[in-house]
Amino acid sequence: MSKIPLQFRHNGRDVAIFVDGGTNLLVALRELIGDMTPKFGCGQGGCGTCSVLIDGELHLSCLTLAETVSGRSVETLDGMKQGPNLHPLQRAFADNFAAQCGYCTPGMLMAAKALLDRNPSPSRDEVVEAISGNICRCTGYEPIINAILAAAGGRVSA
Amino acid sequence: MAVTVKTFASASEAAGAISSDRSARYLAGGTLVMRALNEGDVSISTIVRASDQALTRIDASGPRILLGAGVTFARILAERDLAFLHAPARSIGGPAVRNMGTVGGNLFAPNPYGDFTVALLALDATVAVQGGFGTRDIPIEEFLQARDRQAGTLVLSVSCTRPGSTDAFRYRKIARIKPKGGSVITLAAHLPISGGRIAGARIALGSMAPTQVRARAAERALEGRSLDAATIAAAASAANEGTSPSDNALGSAWYRREIVGVHLRRLLSGQE
Repeated sequence: MSKIPLQFRHNGRDVAIFVDGGTNLLVALRELIGDMTPKFGCGQGGCGTCSVLIDGELHLSCLTLAETVSGRSVETLDGMKQGPNLHPLQRAFADNFAAQCGYCTPGMLMAAKALLDRNPSPSRDEVVEAISGNICRCTGYEPIINAILAAAGGRVSA
Repeated sequence: MAVTVKTFASASEAAGAISSDRSARYLAGGTLVMRALNEGDVSISTIVRASDQALTRIDASGPRILLGAGVTFARILAERDLAFLHAPARSIGGPAVRNMGTVGGNLFAPNPYGDFTVALLALDATVAVQGGFGTRDIPIEEFLQARDRQAGTLVLSVSCTRPGSTDAFRYRKIARIKPKGGSVITLAAHLPISGGRIAGARIALGSMAPTQVRARAAERALEGRSLDAATIAAAASAANEGTSPSDNALGSAWYRREIVGVHLRRLLSGQE
């Protein structure tokens, strides 16, 4: 079966790859582009660790048919880095002990970014709602919620 | 295994492609079809898509509103005119699932999913489908009863009644985890009031049968009466009639039968 050519923007950079029919975006990102930041968790839309932003909107990359992002902009956790500095959200996660095993962290950070891009000063309830599609089995969520609120309030050590 | 992806500009071409190929599945938001592919479902060899703008149309102007099959739950939540559908739309998934999942796809979501369809069933929805036979409108109950045989047709849109007042439509999803969790049971009630009495009550239940069902005995207990304590008690005690819930990880059939009347009573009495 022939491969399908696919072009899109990946963290601000144009990429061109060939995918098999039915390939999901998570596989395309990890195996064809080499961006290992989105993780494979459940493959069912239940855990959220594969979350990415497509044209600024939070999507689950494991449930996204790769070719549907043709010509669109895909943002992953890898795009959050700013040279040697951590993104304020990453800094807040570190300061607030919001990552333990770290497996949910890429998805949590993308869900948090999707929230703060639209709503720079969310309430606690809005933060809880924003990460409700992301499962964490370590932290009990409180440190993650606190980290996102800290990042929103600018209470993050540089 | 690689599958063939066919993308069409018009919904009718896409409908033609799925009606002529048993192994073709229509892909909308991806939350059902991509999940099946990820799980290695080899019965799907062709994915059909349509970029037709008509599939994402919303018409909220009349007494019956129309939602294109490709309208996402996030879009419903962004429409002020659709406030009565915000509770069911918000009860689905997390933000990412609401950005992807569609009204049309929800009609096919098996238990414990398909919460939005519970609301549509209470609101007397009609499903517009296109297959080899052309286009036709099917009452949602008929559609759900024959859901397994709808695979060769494409859902174009869903229309439903706009409730006369905010009080006339009520929705409740019982989940063990908040704000996001799978449904133990889901309830929706449309209670049009005419001259102080209920006229045309429709109560719909999710996770109480293989597909979403109406609680017809409870509806009969409400019909022509005012919504007082005695009527509510009669409806609640009839909530189980005609249901056939099953066991799953979220709750047992026994538990579902035990709680459905309790939650229907709370829904009808306006309790939180």
